[in-house]
Amino acid sequence: MTPAPTADLRKLIARHRLWERVFTIVGLIALLIGLLVLLGLFTQLAVTGAPRLTPEFFTSFPSRIAEKAGILSAWVGSLLVMLVTACSAIPLGVAAGVYLEEYAPKNWLTAIIEINVMNLAGVPSIIYGLLALGLFVYQFGFGQSILSAGLTLALLILPIVIVATREALRAVPGIIREAAYALGATRWQMVSHHVVPYSAGGILTGVIIGLSRAIGETAPIITIGALTFIAFLPTPPVTGEFPFLSFQWLKDPFTVLPIQMFNWTSRPEEAFQLNAAAAGVVLLVMTLAMNALAIWLRYRIRRKIKW
Amino acid sequence: MVELATNIFDAPGSEPATAALKAESRHLNFHYGAFHALKDISLPVHDHSITALIGPSGCGKSTFLRCFNRMHDLYPGNRYQGEIVLYPDNVDILAPSVDPIEVRMRISMVFQKPNPFPKSIFENVAYGLKVRGITQRDLVETKVEQALRGAALWNEVKDRLNELAGNLSGGQQQRLCIARALAIDPELILFDEPTSALDPIATASIEELMLELKEQVAILIVTHNMQQAARVSDHTAFLYMGEVIEFNDTKKLFTMPDKKQTEDYITGRFG
Repeated sequence: MTPAPTADLRKLIARHRLWERVFTIVGLIALLIGLLVLLGLFTQLAVTGAPRLTPEFFTSFPSRIAEKAGILSAWVGSLLVMLVTACSAIPLGVAAGVYLEEYAPKNWLTAIIEINVMNLAGVPSIIYGLLALGLFVYQFGFGQSILSAGLTLALLILPIVIVATREALRAVPGIIREAAYALGATRWQMVSHHVVPYSAGGILTGVIIGLSRAIGETAPIITIGALTFIAFLPTPPVTGEFPFLSFQWLKDPFTVLPIQMFNWTSRPEEAFQLNAAAAGVVLLVMTLAMNALAIWLRYRIRRKIKW
Repeated sequence: MVELATNIFDAPGSEPATAALKAESRHLNFHYGAFHALKDISLPVHDHSITALIGPSGCGKSTFLRCFNRMHDLYPGNRYQGEIVLYPDNVDILAPSVDPIEVRMRISMVFQKPNPFPKSIFENVAYGLKVRGITQRDLVETKVEQALRGAALWNEVKDRLNELAGNLSGGQQQRLCIARALAIDPELILFDEPTSALDPIATASIEELMLELKEQVAILIVTHNMQQAARVSDHTAFLYMGEVIEFNDTKKLFTMPDKKQTEDYITGRFG
């Protein structure tokens, strides 16, 4: 076979190059469509809500008069619910993830559990709300409280935390585990001194992504019966008298940001739509801030770790 | 070849130090599930000397080494038969009644690739002590310094003990792993191809180090590098397909091997 003339080769290469350029442009357009739509939505929300984003908006209770209404009870409620969610989902999720990855024997039973943990992450959130209504609100008698809401959202994000924990643990090389074992470490020492600290970045990321999902959830919270109009704050957790800590707030009724938003958008008056947009901006900023925190923490922790 | 060893075992302490036994495998068989990886291996490990295990890839030399600290216990489906007796206690460390953690506290290991923990240099060396519950700060500091000196690393790292181990060069990291293995005062150190990831200069320093260490401890080393076995070891075992073909003095094995198969291997005719 004689080699192809150089001119032919060049033509061929030019044709290949053309496809490369076509794809670059198509890909860029695809990316821009997604980004611009989101950016447009967010800008519109921000512009609409901006006039209402005053300090009073954060320190006022909801009101029948749109201009006087604020999100005080909603953001405090969101914060406290997230606190309960974090305090229950982190220990449960991390312990379950560590058990599944490091301790559980590898057999058909654990394989089924594994698959189902993944499936749980896809269960619609309103199902969790129904479950929680029966279990926490009525069966355990927690009522329509911050505790019930926090636990419901904890259930919701538990699969996310478990899956993130397992993936983070799996990233620790076997040779590091063997190094610990070879020095006489027990499995618990290997896990607690090495594997968990080294995967803390990944675990934290999973936890925060779970929490930022939970903070925007509306359906399950409505299902368990959160109130939409709350003109008082929960009992403060810190008191003047011994023992200075109070857990009464766990049993208090509450509302959260997305529910407050939902309430306002369902009002006929135009002025309340502005409030809804402003609350939406606050919710979005909180979510983005949590994601940013996740990225920063992961960067901080991973910087130290080289395999 | 092993008869010599059994004689010494019968009269412990009466023989010259050079011939004293540190450990001995007796009719050791090992299975990975259905795969019979080690077949009836009987080998002595002499104290204060270096015993090298050579053979082609997959011959079972690493598998054999990892029996000595019960590393195989970590994974399901592995099965030992036979004994590995540790002297002078005269205990079978493969016995089910012996806790593998106790074995690993007495016999330490250096791996093929440097595997320091992503912690400080100090914490790496001190980890074996931490596992043993030794917490007195001054004692730990003394031990860490001794171990780092023992691994010929002290002068390079004494001013930066709190730096991350990952910042060290490959050769330094492997010496750090040796220091980590030394800090627990092991009776026997297992080296699993310790220089396969290192450049020739780092390799030379690790070899030199092993020659110094054998004054204090027994060393069992797996190497795929026959020159390395010839340079550092006192005794060499040639393994092939899970069996010991020949065990001999290193000099004898590399110059006048008893077995034709050994000669073929060391002259590069196969493997």
